[in-house]
Amino acid sequence: MTDIALRGVDGLKVDYLALVRRRRMYSGLLLVLFVALLAGGFGLADSRNAGGFWGGLTQIFDFPVELMREAIDKGAALPANLWRYLPAMIETINIAAVSTLLGAVLAVFLSLLSTRGLARWPRLMPLFRRVMDTMRAIPEIVIALVLIFVLGGGPVPAMIAIAFHTAGALGKLFSEVNENADLKPIEGLSSVGASWFQRIWLGVLPQVMPNYLSYALLRFEINVRASAILGFVGAGGIGAELRVAISWGTGRYDAAAAIFLLLFLTIVAIDQLSSHVRNRLVGGH
Amino acid sequence: MLKILKVTRRFGKKIAVDGVDIEIGDGQMVGIIGRSGAGKSTLLRMINRLIDPTEGAISYADREVSALRGAALRAWQRDCAMIFQQFNLVPRLDVVSNVLHGVLNRRSTLSTVFSLYPTEDIHTAIDILDRLGIADHAAKRVEALSGGQQQRVAIARALMQDPKVILADEPIASLDPMNAQIVMDTLRRIHDEDGRMIVCNLHTLDTARRYCDRVVGMRDGAIVFDGVPDELTTSVARQIYGAGESFSEASTSTSIEVLEPIREPVREPAYAV
Ligand SMILES: Nc1ncnc2c1ncn2[C@@H]1O[C@H](COP(=O)(O)OP(=O)(O)O)[C@@H](O)[C@H]1O
Ligand SMILES: [Mg+2]
Repeated sequence: MTDIALRGVDGLKVDYLALVRRRRMYSGLLLVLFVALLAGGFGLADSRNAGGFWGGLTQIFDFPVELMREAIDKGAALPANLWRYLPAMIETINIAAVSTLLGAVLAVFLSLLSTRGLARWPRLMPLFRRVMDTMRAIPEIVIALVLIFVLGGGPVPAMIAIAFHTAGALGKLFSEVNENADLKPIEGLSSVGASWFQRIWLGVLPQVMPNYLSYALLRFEINVRASAILGFVGAGGIGAELRVAISWGTGRYDAAAAIFLLLFLTIVAIDQLSSHVRNRLVGGH
Repeated sequence: MLKILKVTRRFGKKIAVDGVDIEIGDGQMVGIIGRSGAGKSTLLRMINRLIDPTEGAISYADREVSALRGAALRAWQRDCAMIFQQFNLVPRLDVVSNVLHGVLNRRSTLSTVFSLYPTEDIHTAIDILDRLGIADHAAKRVEALSGGQQQRVAIARALMQDPKVILADEPIASLDPMNAQIVMDTLRRIHDEDGRMIVCNLHTLDTARRYCDRVVGMRDGAIVFDGVPDELTTSVARQIYGAGESFSEASTSTSIEVLEPIREPVREPAYAV
């Protein structure tokens, strides 16, 4: 016998309104918790901060202002500086590109192997997930420092370090994309007797490719910055130059400004490229 | 009175709707038939203003709805409910929440974003569900319901809008015959009891014949037939569907009582070349 017959519509209304009240209470509690966490976290950060947050706030712009002032003073040298640091910038972009590519290819496999409904060996899904977690947990700089110690300085340790971290980070994002893939086409391919690789290649990748690509390009952008930072610890590229320019004390801020400008232009270029390529892929004509 | 005045819609070079010019009186139940790609969906989507006409105008009660913008446009969309072939509900929300989406235009954005609907709205939603015979499922997630039940939730959402016009784009095309009949009976009942205008795209002739007072036939974007169901002879139907001599209405039927046994077997020679 149905609820309706037993209790009538009014009974249903009472039940549903009780449900609504319960949900509203939970959302209210969640909101309170959120605000409390935010306030608590801020308080903690403020008390741990060496100089105190509020005291330091007024000085926050001192460094950029000084940098800008000097860069403007020596504005005439900017084109020469840009030209001078371009090769180092290209080296950094190179490191980022190769490591993004390597990491992304690895991430595609890892993510497919750890997505429910798509995994080749469903039993091993937890293993691949933990592998990705591990890769993501270790910061690039730690891997790079170890590798530099073993292999010596240069771009190769940076490449391996960034690719390793990228595989874990992109793998996570890719598997979320995979989760949202429509399984109907894959079922369709199964029904014609397609192998796992055929199903993935022909049924899944066409659906997920645009999202893969835009995540990979976002990662490329992050990796440009990561590879610049790794330059600080001996991996070459623009980071090494920036370290010299920034820590030389006074007198080299014009070079630092040129390097920041190069980094900025690179990010803008990647962003433009990313939206252009994505539109082409999604439009699909 | 809904007036569609020489409306044309192009997608690039392709003309999807070609100079359609019809008037539909209040309280009519109209079926639009035509083969796939005839422009039926495009026409309905223009009336609901999901897309804009390339040429021509659409007006309701002497107000040009094809020229509306912003809040006025959204108010028109509230008055002109749309029912989709694939239901277009939010699968992860419960049935009542989906029905409550019908009042989004009447309530403030802030309160709806936090799901703070007035109790009277919730009561109305459950009453509508009860009227459509699915109140039992009120608290279930939509994705847990069958297609026929989901389509009735979609109709409930439409009723929640308290619309003047209900547009239905092939509401039964993804349903089995039993559920198709329930959904069409429901639409007809709403029409008879509430006197709302209903415009319904259908891809089967017998459904249009049985449920509609007026049938409009479209082919390649243009209207090729407009009349009462009785005028819809087999030769007219052949013309609408662009079919040859082998065309038989029963072969496209979705109704449970087959109209008549198929006398000559219909063979598509595609595999017998
Ligand atoms: N968004 C769109 N972009 C390009 N062409 C479209 C679009 N929507 C519809 N069409 C084309 O317009 C024509 C009419 O489509 P539609 O209105 O969906 O027909 P029906 O609903 O009668 O099957 C078809 O040829 C279709 O390919
Ligand atoms: Mg259609």
